[in-house]
Amino acid sequence: MSIKRFLHRSRWDDERARELDAHLAIEIDENIARGMSPSDARDAARRKLGNTTLIREEIYRMSTIGFVETLIQDLRYGGRRLLRLNPGFAAVAILSLALGVGANATMFQLLNALRIRTLPVARPEQLVEVRIAGDNLNRSGSFEGRHAVLTNPLWERIRDRQEAFSSVFAWASPVFDLSAGGESRPVDGLWVSGDFFTTLEVSPMLGRVLTSADDRRGCASPPAVISYGFWQREYGGSASALGRTLTLDGNPFEIVGITAPGFFGVEIGRHFDVAVPLCAEQISRGLHSYLDANDGWFLAAIGRLKPGWTIEKASAHLRAISPPMFKETLAKYRPEDEKSYLDFRLGAIPAGTGVSNLREYERPLWLLLATTALVLLIACANLANLMLARATAREREIAVRLALGASRIRIARQMLAESVLIAVAGAGVGAVLAQWLSRVLVASLATQNDRVFLEVAGDWRVFWFIAMLAAATCLLFGLLPAIRATATAPGDAMKAGSRGTTDTRQRFGLRRILVVVQVALSLVLVVGALLFVRTLRNLTTVDAGFTKSDLLVAVLNFRRAGIPDVRIAAAHANLLERLRHQPGMEDTAKVRNVPITGSFSNRELVIGGVTRPESVNFNWISDRYFRTMSAPLLAGRDFSDRDTATSQPVAIVTESFARVFFDGQNPLGKTFQIDEAPGTPRPVYEIVGLARDAKYNDVRDPFEPLVYVPATQNEPPGSTLRLVVRSRLPLAQATSTITALAREVHPSIVVEFRTMQSQLNDSLMRERLMATLSGFFGALAALIATVGLYGVMSYMVARRRNEIGIRMALGADRREVVGMVMREAGRLLGAGVLVGLVASIVAARAASTLLFDLSPGDPLTLLTAAASLGAVAIVASYLPALRASRLEPTEALRDE
Amino acid sequence: MPKRGNAPIQGELLQGTLDLLILKTLALGPAHGHTIAYAIEHRSEDVLQVEHGSLYPALHRIEDRGWISSFWGTSENNRRARYYRLTPEGRKQLTEQTNRWDEIVKAINRVLRPA
Repeated sequence: MSIKRFLHRSRWDDERARELDAHLAIEIDENIARGMSPSDARDAARRKLGNTTLIREEIYRMSTIGFVETLIQDLRYGGRRLLRLNPGFAAVAILSLALGVGANATMFQLLNALRIRTLPVARPEQLVEVRIAGDNLNRSGSFEGRHAVLTNPLWERIRDRQEAFSSVFAWASPVFDLSAGGESRPVDGLWVSGDFFTTLEVSPMLGRVLTSADDRRGCASPPAVISYGFWQREYGGSASALGRTLTLDGNPFEIVGITAPGFFGVEIGRHFDVAVPLCAEQISRGLHSYLDANDGWFLAAIGRLKPGWTIEKASAHLRAISPPMFKETLAKYRPEDEKSYLDFRLGAIPAGTGVSNLREYERPLWLLLATTALVLLIACANLANLMLARATAREREIAVRLALGASRIRIARQMLAESVLIAVAGAGVGAVLAQWLSRVLVASLATQNDRVFLEVAGDWRVFWFIAMLAAATCLLFGLLPAIRATATAPGDAMKAGSRGTTDTRQRFGLRRILVVVQVALSLVLVVGALLFVRTLRNLTTVDAGFTKSDLLVAVLNFRRAGIPDVRIAAAHANLLERLRHQPGMEDTAKVRNVPITGSFSNRELVIGGVTRPESVNFNWISDRYFRTMSAPLLAGRDFSDRDTATSQPVAIVTESFARVFFDGQNPLGKTFQIDEAPGTPRPVYEIVGLARDAKYNDVRDPFEPLVYVPATQNEPPGSTLRLVVRSRLPLAQATSTITALAREVHPSIVVEFRTMQSQLNDSLMRERLMATLSGFFGALAALIATVGLYGVMSYMVARRRNEIGIRMALGADRREVVGMVMREAGRLLGAGVLVGLVASIVAARAASTLLFDLSPGDPLTLLTAAASLGAVAIVASYLPALRASRLEPTEALRDE
Repeated sequence: MPKRGNAPIQGELLQGTLDLLILKTLALGPAHGHTIAYAIEHRSEDVLQVEHGSLYPALHRIEDRGWISSFWGTSENNRRARYYRLTPEGRKQLTEQTNRWDEIVKAINRVLRPA
């Protein structure tokens, strides 16, 4: 059978009809010639030929593929029913599915991009990351970068002694500054060891990549390789970029190569702009280089397994070569820290999917995927209910068709065809929605200082995920009504009058169960949404211990000003003093670690001769810090310029400090020492002030003991001046004032700004994401469930018209009728809420780590959720109840 | 009234024999469905009764295989009718299938009437 004939089978059918007509005509002619009367001749000819329709059907079937043919018929029929008879139903059904599928696909797409997809390099499964085995490592020292896993001395030993990898590399992701001074122009950099590109087997698009020849300790003028994106952005994709010189942190680098468009580094969610050899770290950091610092953590390492080596074998090998490495790289530690350092062992973990600190979003994303799955489930239950109602309405039609000999399977298939159309259309719209939604979400994850590039383009995994979703939803909401509709004996359905004896308790029971499930599931989502919204609210309104509004943070980098370390503090003080005299600046203070930025310092203390085990937060501040933060001291005095490097070391402590270390007594006049490594002097600090508790590292942390010491005494060296500025000036005016002043002091000073409020908002990105999305999904779920309840109640009222009419004829008044319907709705709602509350308490536990200042089973939240869902649902069922009470008894009975 | 001689055989032609008979009939020249049916009945001396209902599906099937082709023409009594003619491929098939038929008949005879 040819495809051509299949496609033209209806034209062929016409031909056959004409041929058979001709046959009949000839036969009739001959019969008449034999002497038959014309009517006898016609009858005889017809008898002889037989049923022409059957013949044509037989030939038609030869030209077709039976299954495909009927499938097309079914789909066409279903499409017609949906679009012509019920466009509203089709739109609601497709839209609710599209939202459900779209939300699921979005979450899956993000997870896929973040966690599942492998790096776009050759044989990513062979890549493993080398790190110190175990969690919660007690490492001491200085940490820099997003993946501060190893120190350079450790890395050099790993590189020289390992036998598990055919090659191995280390890298760090510093932020370089392209500007020559003034406002900074940050670019995402990479410090890579010599084998970075060869291990990943990444070849350049233009020029060359870096090799081990480029990465020699003490390199004077190392080359740079730039990414495709940076090349397009900075050089407009011109080949003349090769050989040009790039200024990074004020140092020249020659561009020797450009990588291909798909290569972004090894960190998921980031794109590198410029890669330079690791030896250039010394050029950027100068005297503060970490290359020889045994306690300078800033590197991470990835190796490519030799053929035949497994990750376990590599781990065991790394473990075996660990002890001497840690012994050789011991820094000056306190005895406890030294012990834990010597106990460290290296291990290997898979790195084929790259590394990412965006994986803090992994748990929220899985949770959101579960949430969206519930939304989809509720939408399916709702659709199943609608389809059931439609099937019941078509009961008599189906019964007639069954009685006429249609097969049950064919009818079930026809009904299923409608579901297939809805599911496919819903999934299609959902897939488009997901593309857009996931891009919006990724864009919303980025903050001013944290650019995020997550490649969320759909791949075959996303495609299969959506296809599976479509199939599963279709089965969920389509199969049950289809089976149900054809399960009735035709005789029963025909006999059943308008009252519908087939509408048995059992069948109606199924619809009630679906509604109870919907209410329960949507309650879970509403509870979740409330928990996350309240978490965000708790975090944004939490007392940080200072006033966040009108507070500007300015970071001034003096690194390129060429000021020697010994004079840097004076330069800072000079700039601070001049800034304080600018008009409009209410108060300005220097602070080493700006609160809630995630940077912090801590020390162990010796109090009354006893070494305390806990680490205590430290911060170095200038005078007037507390006034700038609008957090006046509770007792004692502020620091002043009389606190110098040579005067008595002083400190201001917080209430928590006093409570933990001095049992809440007034700490003024008391003393402590810092538990320094042996051989380092331990000055005695005298507490001169008591400050309010304040958030430090993270706004989510509870108040912890915090010690402020004057920046003019014993501050660790650093060329960066961080200022908090309280000013009522417009933001642009304040920043330009500060930038201008910095330029006056030295043209190469680089300045960066952000407000404390945006700082806080950025740090709450995860909570904002959870609150927004779960709020949206919760509202969506509640809406769908309410529509479901409304549908079932309306249906029930329509079905019980007769009964209600009789009741009213017998003297029931409207209130009683309303009461009857509402009691029914209340039973469904009550059952749903009860099941939902139990499910919520269980489900909320999974989210407990994402909550702030709330218990998963928070009674107020549960009560609010149940009450609000209940209120909406009661309104939704009041409408059908009202309709029932307005029935005219005589009309209802006449309908019989 | 029953006919003399062998009773007509109807509807129990061996699978494929109708195709062979149609090919043989068309070997004499183009013909339309009605003629083919009567020609077969006539030439078998009314022993083989072609069920008209199965004739047309058979014609369709053979045409599909490319053994015959069709065209619209005018019948003896001036009616438009669909004519079929043998293609070269059909002629080859006729020879092959006739040979095969002879072999089958011989084989069956060998079984039924052992020498």
